[in-house]
Amino acid sequence: MDRLITQDLAIGYDERLIVDGLNLSIPTGKITALVGSNGSGKSTILKTMARIMKPQRGSVLLDGKAIHSQSTREVAKQLAILPQNPVAPEGLTVRELVGYGRYPHQKGFGTMSREDREIVEWAIEMTGLVSFADRAVDQLSGGQRQRAWIAMALAQQTEILFLDEPTTYLDMAHQLEVLKLLQQLNEEQGRTIVMVVHDLNHATRYAHHMVAIKSGKIVAEGEPAKVTTKEVLREVFGIEADILFDPRTGVPLCLPFELFRESLRTAKNREHQQVKSKQEDRAYGKQANAVTNG
Amino acid sequence: MNAFNTRHDAANARQMPVKGRPLAAILIITGGLAALALAMAAATAIGAADIRLSTVWDALFRFDPELSSHHVVRDLRVPRALGSALVGAGLAVAGAMMQGMTRNPLADSGLLGLNAGAGVMLAVCFAFFPQTPYILLMVYAFLGAAIGAGLVFGIGSMARGGMTPVRLTLAGAAVSALLTAVSEGIALMFRVGQDLAFWYAGGAAGITWPQISVLWPWIGVSLIAALLMSRSITLLSLGEEVAAGLGMRTRWVKTAGMLVVLILAGSSMSAVGSIAFIGLMVPHVARFLVGVDYRWIIPCSAVLGSLFMVLADIGARSVNPPYETPAGALISLAGVPFFLWLARRRGR
Repeated sequence: MDRLITQDLAIGYDERLIVDGLNLSIPTGKITALVGSNGSGKSTILKTMARIMKPQRGSVLLDGKAIHSQSTREVAKQLAILPQNPVAPEGLTVRELVGYGRYPHQKGFGTMSREDREIVEWAIEMTGLVSFADRAVDQLSGGQRQRAWIAMALAQQTEILFLDEPTTYLDMAHQLEVLKLLQQLNEEQGRTIVMVVHDLNHATRYAHHMVAIKSGKIVAEGEPAKVTTKEVLREVFGIEADILFDPRTGVPLCLPFELFRESLRTAKNREHQQVKSKQEDRAYGKQANAVTNG
Repeated sequence: MNAFNTRHDAANARQMPVKGRPLAAILIITGGLAALALAMAAATAIGAADIRLSTVWDALFRFDPELSSHHVVRDLRVPRALGSALVGAGLAVAGAMMQGMTRNPLADSGLLGLNAGAGVMLAVCFAFFPQTPYILLMVYAFLGAAIGAGLVFGIGSMARGGMTPVRLTLAGAAVSALLTAVSEGIALMFRVGQDLAFWYAGGAAGITWPQISVLWPWIGVSLIAALLMSRSITLLSLGEEVAAGLGMRTRWVKTAGMLVVLILAGSSMSAVGSIAFIGLMVPHVARFLVGVDYRWIIPCSAVLGSLFMVLADIGARSVNPPYETPAGALISLAGVPFFLWLARRRGR
């Protein structure tokens, strides 16, 4: 039984609905990757599932209870979310940052108990930041910085971990560093991980479950080999791609070679321009008439 | 924010291990309070007529109604020093909270439209209701500050993509310019320019006991509220989504925080006028000394703000005696170079 599911979820800013009628189930103890093009609504879905955005309609159920009507502090003991590209205040040290992960477990003025301190040190160790614990977060490399934020989420000690584009702005080695850490957390501790990723090959390589989203709707979902097909890529990303299989791991790899939209768009453009020039001709005609009439 | 940093860069990054921040904070608070006591004693002694400290002591504890110097100390100098201290703490803490909540290092009551908003309301009071009692003036200044801040935040968040520090600062500048123009218009039409100019120049000269008695409960309660909220403010300074993810009720904290800011800034400004830069500078100094935790930044800002305001008030009286130099001008004189330095450091 999956712990986290959405029921008929509708999310939007103002009047415009970005997501309408979404039913999604997050497999417990697995890594789930949400993929989709920019503006497809995948981040919005992630934020709503992690209750930092409110849906217009429908609900997110955590263990059968609506997440948005529960005490947000209690929810924070069940699930953690790392927003996209978080920025630490200048001068905040790694240990201080990780310490804030204990917030939902603390009372009152937030003095750290011995247990809190032990958990913070454990999270720092898990993320390999022991020698950086007293450094300012803003002076670390991109990969270390991201690991520090993940350490904060770990200190929250939740079984479910949401990450919004955890590898964006990182170079390849740092991307791998972060993804391997997530894999380790999943395999060794059985944590449920839900992440938005841009790189499809990262999704196929590290996720057990993939959800391809277009305009707020699920186009395909399932294990990577099932989702990564030419048809899905064309539909979701508008690309033509070859699918190969990694000889090392057997996971599907996607090699884009052409924009699918390109052929469509040029055809449309031509059509549009023809219509436009006809309209312009007419407008000029009217103007000319007006001048002669005046 | 270089995405192509190599692993070595980070190891070489110039770094100092951070240690003993709470210790530094406690030192600043105790040392600052001692300095504040000295400064307030000096403030009661220094002025158009210099009064010896022993006379000040006598005036306070062995009051003799026959002596005019005792009256000067009791009725003019002491309320003035107390008022300066209260207002300095209020403005500095308001600035610290705004900077934390908006994640905008340039946030300050002057830059976010609070001063200009309060100015308009006071201009209206001066023009139409010249007999308004002080407590009502304070309430109006508070309302004006709320209107100014509301306009700035409204305009700042109207744009697509929401509120960014730059947008907020731009909206603040635009709204402040507009509101200042409105109050100047009112001042010209109803000939209250002098009252308003005095208010805009800023200064503790007019503070009397009745004002203090109205002022201190508001500022005192707000300062305590600010302290109680300080941990939430630190969390907000990590980013709203991070704070929400950690289980904080961000909307509640932001509303309560803004209310505290409006009370602090509004009541302070109704007492001493439009004093910019204390709210901007003092929190930065505090942050530089004690780090990023608002549980320390807020009390340190309060102490340093009081100290700074009392010193500025002494300066206002002693630059060109027996005339008063506007304290607001003195503070701006120190504030502008600091502001430029800050902007330059940020831009690097």
